[in-house]
Amino acid sequence: MSSETTTSVKSNGADLRKRHLMVSARMLMLAVGMFGFGYLMVPLYEVICEVTGLNGKTGRISVAESEARLNESLQGADGKFLADREITVEFVGIVSAGGNWKFTPNDREMKVKPGQQYLTSYYAENLSSIPVVGQASPSVSPSAAARYFNKTECFCFTRQEFEAKGSRDMPVTFVIDPDVPINVDRVTLSYTFFKSADQTLSSVDALNPQISASVAAITTY
Amino acid sequence: MSGYGAHADHDEHDHHGPAPGLKRWLYTTNHKDIGTLYLWFSLSMFFIGGAMALIIRAELFSPGIQIVDPMFFNSMTTMHAIVMIFGLVMPAFVGLANWMIPMMIGAPDMALPRLNNWSFWIMPFAFTILLSTLFMDSGGPAGGWTLYPPLTLQMGDSFAFVIFAIHFMGISSVMGSINIVATIFNMRAPGMTLMKMPLFVWTWLITAFLLIATIPVFAGAVTMLLTDRYFGTSFFSAAGGGDPVMFQHIFWFFGHPEVYILILPAFGIISSIIPTFARKPLFGYDSMVYATASIAFLSFIVWAHHMFTTGMPLAAELFFMFSTMMISVPTGVKVFNWVATMWKGSMTFETPMLFAIGFVIMFTIGGLSGLMLAITPADIQYHDTYFVVAHFHYVLVPGAVYSLLAATYYWIPKWTGNMYDEKLGKIHFWTSTVFVNVLFFPMHFVGLAGMPRRIPDYSLQFADWNAIASIGAFGFGFSQLIFLWVVIKCIRGGKKATDEVWEGSVGLEWTVPSPAPYHTFEEAPPVAVINKNHF
Ligand code: HEM
Ligand SMILES: [Cu+2]
Repeated sequence: MSSETTTSVKSNGADLRKRHLMVSARMLMLAVGMFGFGYLMVPLYEVICEVTGLNGKTGRISVAESEARLNESLQGADGKFLADREITVEFVGIVSAGGNWKFTPNDREMKVKPGQQYLTSYYAENLSSIPVVGQASPSVSPSAAARYFNKTECFCFTRQEFEAKGSRDMPVTFVIDPDVPINVDRVTLSYTFFKSADQTLSSVDALNPQISASVAAITTY
Repeated sequence: MSGYGAHADHDEHDHHGPAPGLKRWLYTTNHKDIGTLYLWFSLSMFFIGGAMALIIRAELFSPGIQIVDPMFFNSMTTMHAIVMIFGLVMPAFVGLANWMIPMMIGAPDMALPRLNNWSFWIMPFAFTILLSTLFMDSGGPAGGWTLYPPLTLQMGDSFAFVIFAIHFMGISSVMGSINIVATIFNMRAPGMTLMKMPLFVWTWLITAFLLIATIPVFAGAVTMLLTDRYFGTSFFSAAGGGDPVMFQHIFWFFGHPEVYILILPAFGIISSIIPTFARKPLFGYDSMVYATASIAFLSFIVWAHHMFTTGMPLAAELFFMFSTMMISVPTGVKVFNWVATMWKGSMTFETPMLFAIGFVIMFTIGGLSGLMLAITPADIQYHDTYFVVAHFHYVLVPGAVYSLLAATYYWIPKWTGNMYDEKLGKIHFWTSTVFVNVLFFPMHFVGLAGMPRRIPDYSLQFADWNAIASIGAFGFGFSQLIFLWVVIKCIRGGKKATDEVWEGSVGLEWTVPSPAPYHTFEEAPPVAVINKNHF
């Protein structure tokens, strides 16, 4: 569309129709594309959160990788691994609104060295008299530390099934990356425990058909 | 009157005027009829949304819960916003576009007249559905116009109706915008180059692009809400691995451009009116076009200034702070150009000019409070207080709404063929302007003192300013009845308007008779006329 494009409105009706269709088609494509872009923002957001630690989303690495990194930093002469550097990790457990659980960390806080693996656990108890599936969602603050907070194993990676009144300790192993900014000396790991959106139980069907029927009724609600 | 603008050659068209009766309005494809429909629709929404605002202000007149129950109060704030944004400001701009753009570019009609009829008639349908939710058992939407989950997902089953209504409003806006883009690109009269277009046409072209690019994102976001609620997805539900903060990113990616959708056409209107009554060409036409384009571009990269308190990384806070502040540069260019246009002009102060000057001054106040909100550490204090409410009401009421009132006074003689009652118009301006400040200025004070927004009750120290604001609200609300009276009176008669209407008017719309005939510019205007009638 150059700025000199002008139209003689009367003379070329068919041509004009074609141009209206062209413009409309292009604009419609833009609209449909932007609708898609809205949905594309979902995976995009995930990636950005992972890279930046936005929203306190934490990292996940394998045990092997964590050991490799530890060795690397032990050997490195850049002094990042300071044997005497100590970070306090605080643990918080929150039950989301309406959840009928007990959910608390077994350790209130731990003093850890960057690069080394630690194990802690959370205690969860289903207070209701039917089986329920829970899902924990982690968050680390300050968010600047989030992407250096890596978990090698965590109950938050999977859905957690509980029998009626069932309870257990759920382990987390984590390692704080030695690259964590030097001004970070205190990190809070917090889990919010939700009733999972997906309430299908893997084991109960066989155990007790009556219960699974009542669970199905709850799920469809 | 030169004959080219009027309906000239009779043999080619079998319809000489509008069809009689109700069918005229139902089936019309005439851009002026559709423009009129849009304008009446938005005027009725102005009063419906205004009634809701008065309920809000009545409850807030004094601390405590007196008049309505808190849930209903919340649905009033939510509905008020949706009705005013999607029911008043947007359709009113589309109505003005329908009436004026073809006449301004020398085109016989909009490019896609059938589509045009559909875009309009979807609106009353969508708003009937939206307003009907107030009468449902679960009540209307009450989680705020921003529809944040998880709160919004907890509302009753009228939720589905609200989403449905929003989808239809969106479809209407996108169709209307496609029509406007096609009209501007394809229907300009020979000689009407892009850089000769009136600024109202330019700002609408850019607004149309913003609408086409962002309304679908909004549609996507509300669709995700809908599927989260009814179809088991977990876009925003942490229990299923989703993230409610993500909604805010998607929403404001639409939401910030949306606030510019609500103001760019207003910039165009003001840029038409001020030169007319200053009897001087617009200062810096080119820079106005570029400023509009850069505002539109920047509006896509500032959205997270609505989310400074969500705990973003420092780098993001800084980025969004500076990009937001950058928007005030092109905005400042515009204000400068309007003032420079008036500088040493031979000004007269008819009602449209009064509203335009009111716009420039009070919109600038809103821009300044916006600038304060853009400062991240300050916004952490101001966020979700009445200071934000003061900010956006200054840009939207004495901003966008004043531009609509100014536009009506400016063009109504062309629409009806009669001059409006100047004395009543002036009374309308002065009562509105006094009361609008009594209404919104105190909100700055209670906001800075910490009064949260969206609450039916508040602590005692805010009582005085709230009482004053409520008095302002009723004053402003009832002043608009004067406007209604002026419009009706002008339709029914009055001093006959000349073709030019205003002494200093420039533009093709002033070369056709008043009232504008049903069909204009079936024959494109001569190039010489175009060249004589632009800045
Ligand atoms: C100089 C230009 C502007 C700047 C720097 C600016 C800045 C801001 C900021 C930072 C906020 C967020 C405040 C908070 O929630 O804490 C905000 C809110 C808002 N602004 Fe502006 N703004 C500007 C112009 C406008 C214009 C032109 C409009 C509309 C015509 C507008 C409409 C709004 C609305 C509706 C909200 C509140 C949204 C909500 O939370 O419900 N602003 N503005
Ligand atoms: Cu914004």
